[in-house]
Amino acid sequence: MNFDFSDDQRLLQAEVQKMLAATSTSAEVRRCLEGEALYSQVTWRELLGMGAATAALPAEYGGAGLGYLELCLVAEEAGRHLAAVPLASGIYLAAEALSLGGSEAQKQAWLPRITAGDCIATAALGGAEGYLAGDAPRFDGTALSGSVLLPDGGAADVAVIQAGDDVVLLELSAAGVTREPLVSLDPTRPYARIRCDAAPAQALSGALAGKALAARVRNGAAVLLAFEQLGGAARSLDTAREYSLERKAFGRQVGSFQALKHKMADIYTGNELARAHAFYGAWALSTDAPELPLAAAAARVSATRAYTVAAEESIEIHGGIGFTWEMDCHLHYRRARYLGQLIGSEHAWRAQLADAVITEAA
Amino acid sequence: MDFKDTAEEAAFRAEVRAWLEANATPRQSAEETFGPDLTEDERVAAAKDWQRKKAEAGYAALTWPKEMGGRGAPPIQQVIYGQEEARFLVPARVFENSLGQCLPTVGAWASPELAAQYLPRGIRGDDIWCQLFSEPAAGSDTGNIRTRAERNGDEWVINGQKVWTSGAHFCDYGILLARSDWDQPKQKGLTMFILDLKADGVDARPIHQMSGEREFCEVFLNDVRIPDTHRLGEVNQGWTVMLSTLMHERMSIGGVLPTTLHETLVKLARNATWNGAPALDNDVVKARIADAYLSQKGVDLIISRGITALSKGQEPGPEMSILKLVAARGILDIASFAMELAGPEGMLGHEVLGDEYAFMQMMWLTAPGIRIAGGTEEIMRNTVAEYVLGLPREARTDKHVPFRELER
Repeated sequence: MNFDFSDDQRLLQAEVQKMLAATSTSAEVRRCLEGEALYSQVTWRELLGMGAATAALPAEYGGAGLGYLELCLVAEEAGRHLAAVPLASGIYLAAEALSLGGSEAQKQAWLPRITAGDCIATAALGGAEGYLAGDAPRFDGTALSGSVLLPDGGAADVAVIQAGDDVVLLELSAAGVTREPLVSLDPTRPYARIRCDAAPAQALSGALAGKALAARVRNGAAVLLAFEQLGGAARSLDTAREYSLERKAFGRQVGSFQALKHKMADIYTGNELARAHAFYGAWALSTDAPELPLAAAAARVSATRAYTVAAEESIEIHGGIGFTWEMDCHLHYRRARYLGQLIGSEHAWRAQLADAVITEAA
Repeated sequence: MDFKDTAEEAAFRAEVRAWLEANATPRQSAEETFGPDLTEDERVAAAKDWQRKKAEAGYAALTWPKEMGGRGAPPIQQVIYGQEEARFLVPARVFENSLGQCLPTVGAWASPELAAQYLPRGIRGDDIWCQLFSEPAAGSDTGNIRTRAERNGDEWVINGQKVWTSGAHFCDYGILLARSDWDQPKQKGLTMFILDLKADGVDARPIHQMSGEREFCEVFLNDVRIPDTHRLGEVNQGWTVMLSTLMHERMSIGGVLPTTLHETLVKLARNATWNGAPALDNDVVKARIADAYLSQKGVDLIISRGITALSKGQEPGPEMSILKLVAARGILDIASFAMELAGPEGMLGHEVLGDEYAFMQMMWLTAPGIRIAGGTEEIMRNTVAEYVLGLPREARTDKHVPFRELER
């Protein structure tokens, strides 16, 4: 039994952690929060430069050629440091879709530019929920029409979009594409909407295509997002814990009150339960196991729960100061919700999980 | 990252499996129990037989040092043996306290003569041992022990009452923690002894539990004589001895916790209906099945992390401390929902509903006990908060006060 990451993988994580602590500071993340930047260029450059963001991409396309396990740990650090970068949109979703579903020519055309930082990619690969009356994207074999919500869409150059049964590649500078930045509740990972009027696009035409490709990429992203959520959840608990040791009330450290001790023990329990499922997801993703839909959904649901609770309760443990703009608590509160809804809410994933559990028990 | 055995582990597993196949009956399902119709005496006799067979094959005390009669194997082999044995119908748990905690404590603290007297018999299954720590006024607060140990020449005279002692009515010996000095603060005036449960003055009475079972006893001790040679550790050092006993528990990770109740729940849901339609098509039911998986598989995966540490020769990490919190609450929630699936009929006994409900109903009736045994959920949360998160310890007003002066 070796249900853990290797020492080498942990070393890489420590390097990324060190870099992000110096780069993705609160001040840097807040440049995006305040609308001064669409993403942190310096953080993104470093993550690409050290081969962290591209850990799972093959070396022949400029990736680090390590693997999914390494990328999981990179994701955990990105979450811990609230990295304001197009990592989920560009790597977990877009680059993965290209890598798994692109033709050789499509991979050659885009992956080296993405890994070199010359091009930012994003993706919209469907999901269960919806609210705004949309103009669903339609692909006729050569052109895409309709409107699409794109994470990091303001900064992106190219997008992978699910349109009906196809997954297509669209250059956002193409004729017929207009782009509109949108107000978002987590401006450190902003959204934009594009409208396409018969914009030239091409279907991804590799081994895996269409809905099967979208499902596989969503499952992989669920695992990677779970690690990002774990990092954020652990950081939220750490911050609350440290504050509870500094802050005094009624003549005692507030962290000595059993109500807060038990609350923090419960957060830790939720975090570690999610970590166990995230590890299992990482195993399934890295070994291409048939359990991936099950393990990914379990990682998704438990990590979404964990980060949501940790972010909410971190504010509560801080008390009034936690409700101020100056404290970073609300950055986690916003990020937890962004990550928890990016590829569909926990409710949709709980349904996928139940289906997988019922199938497995048969 | 993988779930595979190392070459050595695989070889040991194959050896164990071959032996079990030759000596025991494979289990047909996770819910099947050993000899459900046996009387207690028959169960205990079967357990002693099984223990002797294990001892003869060298599996009874795998991780004990060779000089104590063990095999000197790494802890991972105990885990592998446990995993394999769980696939067979054998009388488990009767010797859990004997081999897991009591005898290792005897081996660590008794004189060589005493160890030679008790360890071989214990390994062979001739004697069953129990732990006599808890008392009516010493549950979560174990240091509040009032059972009195008074020195009288070469003997000690014991008076008091113990409680929640597993199987004391059929046990032969126990390790007993008693108060030897009332002028010391509570944890500093305790001494550990070997108690002969068949001695004069020992009266073990089974407790009728809310589940209907009688697994635990209260043990009354009236002028029980224990020779000083049967003391474990120094006088007034009993607390240290007890901590060493509990250390042995840390290596036996999660062995008895169920991890497949979500599958049982799916089986029951398959037969149930909701507004005339199959319950499995209902979103509420599906969400509960997903949550059942999260807690049950979560327990399994956390155990896998612990086993990984053992496999690498390391100690399991702090995440082990959440196991019981996740498991106990999960069992209660899953068993409750299993009953809810049948609506008002869910209150009917499995004798009426069907055998498939027997295990869940037993889980529902034992879950409150699981939440308490080995530390209540509230104590477990304190443990996580203090030992894992490093938060301040609970205020203690009794730590430095002579026990005699504490309020009763």
